[in-house]
Amino acid sequence: MLKFIFNKLLMLIPTLLGITLAAFLFVRLLPGDPVTVLTGERGVSVERKAELMAQLGLDQPLIVQYGYYLKNILSGDFGQSIATHKPVIDEFFSRLPATLELAFAAMLIAVLLGVPAGIIAAIKRGHWPDHVVMGVALTGYSMPIFWWGLLLIILFSTTLGWTPVSGRIDLIKYYFEAETNFMLIDAWRSGQAGAFGSVVHHLILPAVVLSTIPMAVIARQTRSAMLEVLGEDYIRTAYAKGLSPTRVIMVHALRNALITVVTVIGLQVGSLMAGAVLTETIFAWPGIGKWMIEAIARRDYPAVQGGLLFIAVAVMLVNLLVDVLYGWINPRVRDGK
Amino acid sequence: MSTPLEQSHWHITWNYFKTSRGGMIGLAFLVILLLAVIFADFIAPFDPALQNRQALLLPPAWTEAGHLPYLLGTDAVGRDILSRLIYGARYSIFIGCVVVSLSVIIGTLLGVIAGYYQGWVDTVIMRIMDIILAFPSLLLALGMVAVLGPSLINAMYAIALTMLPHFVRLTRANVMGEKNRDYVIASRVAGAGNLRLMFKTILPNCMAPLIVQATLSFSNAILDAAALGFLGMGAQPPTPEWGAMLAEAREFITRAWWVVTFPGLAILLTVLSINLVGDALRDALDPRMRRS
Repeated sequence: MLKFIFNKLLMLIPTLLGITLAAFLFVRLLPGDPVTVLTGERGVSVERKAELMAQLGLDQPLIVQYGYYLKNILSGDFGQSIATHKPVIDEFFSRLPATLELAFAAMLIAVLLGVPAGIIAAIKRGHWPDHVVMGVALTGYSMPIFWWGLLLIILFSTTLGWTPVSGRIDLIKYYFEAETNFMLIDAWRSGQAGAFGSVVHHLILPAVVLSTIPMAVIARQTRSAMLEVLGEDYIRTAYAKGLSPTRVIMVHALRNALITVVTVIGLQVGSLMAGAVLTETIFAWPGIGKWMIEAIARRDYPAVQGGLLFIAVAVMLVNLLVDVLYGWINPRVRDGK
Repeated sequence: MSTPLEQSHWHITWNYFKTSRGGMIGLAFLVILLLAVIFADFIAPFDPALQNRQALLLPPAWTEAGHLPYLLGTDAVGRDILSRLIYGARYSIFIGCVVVSLSVIIGTLLGVIAGYYQGWVDTVIMRIMDIILAFPSLLLALGMVAVLGPSLINAMYAIALTMLPHFVRLTRANVMGEKNRDYVIASRVAGAGNLRLMFKTILPNCMAPLIVQATLSFSNAILDAAALGFLGMGAQPPTPEWGAMLAEAREFITRAWWVVTFPGLAILLTVLSINLVGDALRDALDPRMRRS
């Protein structure tokens, strides 16, 4: 098992280097040079420009510059945001909890609804519950979630007044110091009556919107995984032994189908990040998705560069985790090759 | 060019496709959409850019305050929403065609080369694809648009790039599966060169999964382009692109539901139809699915 993990880690290194190279070249591709980006449209004198170039190491060959970039990254220096002059790494990690909270809530909804829906569709294959589940799933899968979010705001926030339109907590009623930046945890620990409820109240609609596509994918994959497992010999044996259908499906079949489902859940992380950009924009959710959009709009290139790098590495690590988990649940994968 | 055998192959596929109700509904919608795209100049009641100051934020015609000929109402500067949606379909279909053509052509080329030659060429190509895959597609596209500048053309390049790895991987895997089969070896023994083997002998036998992937990518391209337009990083207003229309409509969300509802509905129905066709096509092209 350790060897399996080690091999996987080893294979990550070239991709990781490639990602840093891509992030490095990203700024090089910009029209004009970084000094012009830094100094703005008005420009500076030729001498001052040369001085700045030397200061930033830009007079060195590209490969040397890349070396410096790698060295900086390894010592934890990811550059400064042009807009706030704060280190990009601090900007990123202070906003990450908000996105994680939203993503976890969305995944929870997606799994809690998607898995049972997929099971029901598989059991009732070809009958109306199957058609309903698959129809809804395909619609969810095709959904432009930025529009879906707006529709839900019109219905639940402005028409029915059930949920707030934006934000993470009712700021007028509750105030406490952010400790973890996970609002649910902070609100719980603050001990203020109703604070936790207010956070959940704010979280629910964005989480539902973000869960839409993963839920559809999970329902579809659970169904096909269940259908595959239900055709296996050992299921027939289980029935032949006289076990109840509930036991056969919930214990024997589901256990093996879930192997596929776990993988699918892990692979949703990338698209979850993309969805977070849209969801956070609609709900003014102060996470990294909204931050990235603002950085792009402001042409804050160090922030965009750092953000893309962090997200790519995070997605890669989650995929590694899924691979390892998959190898751990399913020995055939681990020992296969 | 087509032999009787090929004809019967497509005939069989069509016969299977016909049995899928969802696929047929999707196809019907797409045909109607395509007709609207072609004949937009004749069916659209108004010029999509024409502003009528007497009819600002007019509700749809079936509501009390609405009236014909503004069937789906007007937006904040008095432009007819139906006309803008019809012209917007042009953008979406155009985006889908360009993006998918770009990524299919380049992706297949790279995939065939990687799968056929293997060795270091394969390693280099696949590592680059891994790097692209490490970035969530919408974020990579956003990053690229940030560099290239926000416009519809740049958004299309960016989306095409994010879709490339899927075609490369798919083609490579299929080429590797085919290249040691007897018919390929026979062809090689008969004196066929590498180019002929790659594109004439092997590639046609790898087409089925590529067609399905292309269909599903078409809907993803439309969805991603609309998302970029919505974020202000794709088509720019006043272009009647559906995503950009939604971005403009956002501020009227509390006052005029129709401005927000219809462009999104157009995106949803189009994407849904393409996905329905894609699913049906997969079932029809995959012989294993046919038996079940």
